[in-house]
Amino acid sequence: MSITLTIDGQSVQAEEGQTVLEVAKRAGVTIPTLCYHPALEPLGACRLCVVEVIQRGRSQIVTSCTMPAEPGMEVRTSTPAVMESRRTVLELLLSRCPNVPVIQQLAAQYGVTEPPFEADDPNEKCILCGLCVRACNDLVGAHVLNFSDRGISRVIGPAFMEKTRDCIGCGACTIVCPTGAIEIVLEKEALYAAKPLGPASAIYVPFLQAVPRVPVIDTDACIRFRQQARTNGELADACGVCQLLCEARAIDYTQQDEELDIEVGAVVVATGFADFDPYLAPQYSFGKSPNIITGIEFERLSNSGGPTEGEILTAEGVPPKSVAILHCVGSRDKHTNKYCSRVCCMYALKQAHLVRDKTGADVFEFYMDIRAPGKSYEEFYERVQEEGVHFIRGKGAEVTVQPDGKLLVKGEDADLSRVVAVSVDMVILGTGMTAQPDAAEVSHLFGIGCGNEGFFTEAHPKLRPVETNTDGVYLAGTCQGPRDVPDTVAHANAAAAEVLALLTKGEVVISPATAEVNRDKCVGCGDCIPVCPYTAIARVDGKAQVNAALCKGCGTCVATCPSGAIEALHFTDEQIVAQIEGVLKWV
Amino acid sequence: MGVEFEPRIIAFMCNWCTYAAADTAGVSRMQQSLNVLPIRVMCSGRVSPEMVLRAFRAGADGVLVMGCHIGDCHYSNGNHRTIKRMPLLRNLLGYTGINPERLELQWVSGAEAPRFVEVTEAFIAKIRQLGPLSQEVME
Ligand SMILES: Cc1cc2nc3c(=O)[nH]c(=O)nc-3n(C[C@H](O)[C@H](O)[C@H](O)COP(=O)(O)OP(=O)(O)OC[C@H]3O[C@@H](n4cnc5c(N)ncnc54)[C@H](O)[C@@H]3O)c2cc1C
Ligand code: SF4
Ligand code: FES
Ligand code: FES
Repeated sequence: MSITLTIDGQSVQAEEGQTVLEVAKRAGVTIPTLCYHPALEPLGACRLCVVEVIQRGRSQIVTSCTMPAEPGMEVRTSTPAVMESRRTVLELLLSRCPNVPVIQQLAAQYGVTEPPFEADDPNEKCILCGLCVRACNDLVGAHVLNFSDRGISRVIGPAFMEKTRDCIGCGACTIVCPTGAIEIVLEKEALYAAKPLGPASAIYVPFLQAVPRVPVIDTDACIRFRQQARTNGELADACGVCQLLCEARAIDYTQQDEELDIEVGAVVVATGFADFDPYLAPQYSFGKSPNIITGIEFERLSNSGGPTEGEILTAEGVPPKSVAILHCVGSRDKHTNKYCSRVCCMYALKQAHLVRDKTGADVFEFYMDIRAPGKSYEEFYERVQEEGVHFIRGKGAEVTVQPDGKLLVKGEDADLSRVVAVSVDMVILGTGMTAQPDAAEVSHLFGIGCGNEGFFTEAHPKLRPVETNTDGVYLAGTCQGPRDVPDTVAHANAAAAEVLALLTKGEVVISPATAEVNRDKCVGCGDCIPVCPYTAIARVDGKAQVNAALCKGCGTCVATCPSGAIEALHFTDEQIVAQIEGVLKWV
Repeated sequence: MGVEFEPRIIAFMCNWCTYAAADTAGVSRMQQSLNVLPIRVMCSGRVSPEMVLRAFRAGADGVLVMGCHIGDCHYSNGNHRTIKRMPLLRNLLGYTGINPERLELQWVSGAEAPRFVEVTEAFIAKIRQLGPLSQEVME
């Protein structure tokens, strides 16, 4: 039910149960607050949000965050009495915490520049508002933080002010604390483990260009899902802040993955590539130092949406002074992948440029030869050379972690015909592209070919580069073979055009070379049914029947039929035998 | 002995791999003997045991069945049948009086023109050693 009240002379509508503060916020009236958080029950602890309320002829100074709005109420947010009351609150807060910026600013707004009393501890930041206590207990349910002691020795903290395993490190307290009094201190390793690839919070938009661009919940990090997992589904009431605050009411914790059956006329397979597993090249010591990273980890590190907001930092949190970039990791090597991954030379050059640009560090590139085919690629290579990157022609042979944590990279400089070794702060492994680990499954699913390397095979390497041997299934991008973004986009556009051509034509052209069953000869044994790679044969009225739209004319069924009841049109037994006899007659 | 024996070899080649390799070998002007007589089929899986026997009956001294490597078959797994069929047929050939060595199954992909030449030349040499089939069957 809607009610009406006045705020600073303005008549406003409110829902029953709303507080005066909420109504004022909605109406665009600013009231200062410290201990208020929309996700938590108000407590009225800081007393900064006081307003004057006139009801039934009586005037009262009350905290607006706890005062329920009532019909006919008259609220005044900046009367002299209110201002004086807030000034007093701020004088006391500033006396307790003289060096907290939020309090200094608020105090200055109310004309309080000097604290009237001297602080016991000038570094005190906690105003004892208890927001963190409420977050920890009411939202997260971890029950770690609480008030202890009384009067002037009142403090907030875990029981006996001791480190506790009950703390799950969620960080909710640090987020709600208005004065920045709580900090999460992670051990270095934990910090690094969380750094290179993990999202910054449990709910996040996967990446800026994501379609649809909606947030997803990382159920391994989300407090609520973790609670649910911990209690085997018995409890699922922790936190819920995102649901509470989402005005569109779009958060649904019960949503499950669902399987949809969609009927389509064509499929474009664009399942991409997998990064070469750097553990398969143990000479580069991946995993032995957090400063040995793969190309894709570097991409994450230097991404402005990444954990360091794009700053290039070592695990120690400082910019590196020297960086080695190793080309062909896992590529062009008979022990791993023989082929060239095609994109890593160019991305390594890009990364060298980024390191030079952002940190000015010395960059050493170990390469066999630079593969820079493509528009403006060679020019970019030249530019990177001019930027002072040291190019060492020879594959990086080995990376070792020194006792002081520095990384020693050894290789052979073929130009100088000698072995070189450089000691650096960071090593980037130019890991190549491999097929997706599930490529074989996907190829079976669609009945498409898959070469030895695991990349899908196109119908013809030159003339039909996006088609597959299964009609209606097309390839786009790196699932067919290594290529960079421009080439992927071109390939994908070609696939889209093929699909459009197929769909708009409205009819499908099939080859006349299909198999045909002679019903008089067929005994209905069904031996041909399982051998057909296209499931084109079915038993109809007890006899085999070939669906000409599905049959590709391989003739395997023909060779299988024990009764000789199937003919491969244009490749009949008769035709083949005539050919055999014909050629033998003349030689 | 008069003229040297020239084996006549029927080679079944699948349209997509081996036939393409043979084509490339020719276009690339690779040196080849003239003994191989190609019979194009859509897939090595099309080659029935009967076809092989008909080739021998028509006077072939050796038969090669050639197709895509396992995993590369244009029709996914047509050659999975071939790889089961041919060894079985070889075992049975003995009973007909034909030396099983006269039948070979070989995978040659479209990109393997040099291998095509290698495989066929080796087979020709082997059959040359074995002599004409007519002689063997008569013995
Ligand atoms: C370190 C590094 C740096 C690079 N830098 C550059 C650069 O600067 N410029 C450039 O042009 N190129 C660069 N590249 C190359 C670029 O990443 C690729 O060309 C591009 O990502 C290929 O796109 P794609 O769509 O083929 O594959 P991907 O980007 O791999 O996308 C495939 C998608 O399919 C999804 N998928 C996989 N399997 C399935 C399935 N079964 N069902 C549903 N979805 C599935 C995957 O999750 C993925 O989202 C770089 C590559 C690397 C490794
Ligand atoms: S693109 Fe360069 S780094 Fe990558 S495999 Fe080929 S040569 Fe090696
Ligand atoms: S915000 Fe209302 S008392 Fe602190
Ligand atoms: S198409 Fe070559 S073996 Fe099947």
